[in-house]
Amino acid sequence: MSTTAVKENEPVLAAPKPEDLAAVLIAKNRPQRPSALSTSVTFGWRAMLKIKHVPEQLFDVTAFPIMMTLMFTYLFGGALSGSPTEYLQFLLPGIMASSILMITMYTGISVNTDIEKGVFDRFRTLPIWRPSAMVGYLLGDMLRYLIASVVILGVGLIMGFRPGGGVGGVAAAILLLLAFSFAFSWIWTMFGLLLRSEKSVMGVSMMVLFPLTFLSNIYVDPKTMPGWLQAFVDVNPVTHVVAAVRSMMSGDWDGGEITWVLIAGGVILAIFGTLTMRLYNRK
Amino acid sequence: MSELAIEASGLVKVFGENRAVDGIDLKVPAGTVYGVLGPNGAGKTTAVKMLATLLRPNGGEARIFGKDVVREADAVRSMVSLTGQYASVDEDLTGTENLVLIGRLTGHRKPAARARAEELLAAFGLTEAAGRQVKNYSGGMRRRIDIAASILNTPDVLFLDEPTTGLDPRSRNQVWDIVRAIVRHGTTVLLTTQYLDEADQLASRIAVIDRGKVIAEGTKGQLKASVGAGAVHVRLREADQRSEAEALLVRTLQAQVVLESDPVALTARLSGESTEQGAAEHASHALGELARAGIIVDTFSLGQPSLDEVFLALTDRTATPEESAA
Repeated sequence: MSTTAVKENEPVLAAPKPEDLAAVLIAKNRPQRPSALSTSVTFGWRAMLKIKHVPEQLFDVTAFPIMMTLMFTYLFGGALSGSPTEYLQFLLPGIMASSILMITMYTGISVNTDIEKGVFDRFRTLPIWRPSAMVGYLLGDMLRYLIASVVILGVGLIMGFRPGGGVGGVAAAILLLLAFSFAFSWIWTMFGLLLRSEKSVMGVSMMVLFPLTFLSNIYVDPKTMPGWLQAFVDVNPVTHVVAAVRSMMSGDWDGGEITWVLIAGGVILAIFGTLTMRLYNRK
Repeated sequence: MSELAIEASGLVKVFGENRAVDGIDLKVPAGTVYGVLGPNGAGKTTAVKMLATLLRPNGGEARIFGKDVVREADAVRSMVSLTGQYASVDEDLTGTENLVLIGRLTGHRKPAARARAEELLAAFGLTEAAGRQVKNYSGGMRRRIDIAASILNTPDVLFLDEPTTGLDPRSRNQVWDIVRAIVRHGTTVLLTTQYLDEADQLASRIAVIDRGKVIAEGTKGQLKASVGAGAVHVRLREADQRSEAEALLVRTLQAQVVLESDPVALTARLSGESTEQGAAEHASHALGELARAGIIVDTFSLGQPSLDEVFLALTDRTATPEESAA
């Protein structure tokens, strides 16, 4: 392998032959303009290829969620619920939601580093539906979120998580979480385009995500909190996402919370999707 | 005049305080190579980006085959391709993957996109590198895959932004051959470059731009005549013969002679009227005269006008009227 690589690096490439070039240049019929769905899926395929070529980037959707789950279960389990296994039944849906929402910020970072590269100039000179490059990104990220969800679920099951909602409830809960994360990620695509360096994207993401995930119903029951904090927790979208996911996993579907999450997702998508595309077109 | 592929008038782009492009007019006839020549920071890339719909002009307007680059951007995008100064391909993907990606995005179905990718890789001599990530390509190979991606959908207008900057001479020649083949096919090419000989080799008309303005425009012949035929560089064995050599060169070449900081070197700038052949004749005559006068010459060379010299000549000329007016 390495020997062929060395050999290939020697620049002994044949010069392009004019007649071959002429042949590829003979006017082919230009195909019809591709649909928005088709170009989005193509950009999603690009994201998958990047994962295939650099599989190390899956570290944040495998090791990080495992660490979160183990850490908080054993740290708080005994104190809050008497035993880690007991606590896990309460914590797992929440830790899953918080881990996925945490890793959505990598979307902003990769948009920020990728957009500066010349290839985006090419994408932006193609006659295609403008948001498809961004949508494709997020489609690739959905795979990452799915991997993280499955990893957390796997670790949870090994540690003794027994969801009452069964396979259907858990699958539906993960789907809802992915749908919300898709919408939520547009916040980071916006910051990815808005801010100048990946460090600042990281900084802003942390500043938003830490309060959102910790000041919620993920780790403890909000009833134990002071009133002013409860007020914040109640309006925090993460609280509603976790409540919905928890209800679905336990088999006791809370229609109100699920609707809330879907509407909130739609609103976030409408606002930040629009802002992202504005910045993208102006960049 | 034949149909215009690119037509820009009064194009302006301002970044903060900097007027990167400060009122550029261009008229590029269809089916030709048009060279935009200028140093780094002259505004070449900014101008190209506006023409390729990547940047919105702050003033003026531009049309590609009659379509406005702002109001009809989508129609323009279906006609143009851009090969940027920095690789406009995805370095993490392989050569094949890049071309299939662009093929899919331009509306080819998967099998057609694959077939087109293979065909292009073969034509560009990249079949062996097809499965490697572009980041492992050499500079010349990157350029080729980049141009291959640009012509995948046979554009009407191709923008090449400094296509050979940083390439070795052989790769540079190959890129030139590719550009010639593309134009022969009927695509209009707008090429930016820092090298006069590149514009000379490829372009039929050239615009020289500096600080966001077109400072000269014309056919190669016109431009060269205005700049001068080149320079004769002479190095003597003995420094004390230099003033004698200077006088002799001024007399035989009727040229402006510059004494270099090196005490044995001097350069004569040939005037613009002489053709290239005339320049060589003049130079060999001068060499003979130097020998006859007993001046020992170590090295002697005839240089094409460099971009620096073009600039010097052009900016001097634009500066003169102001001075005489003052």
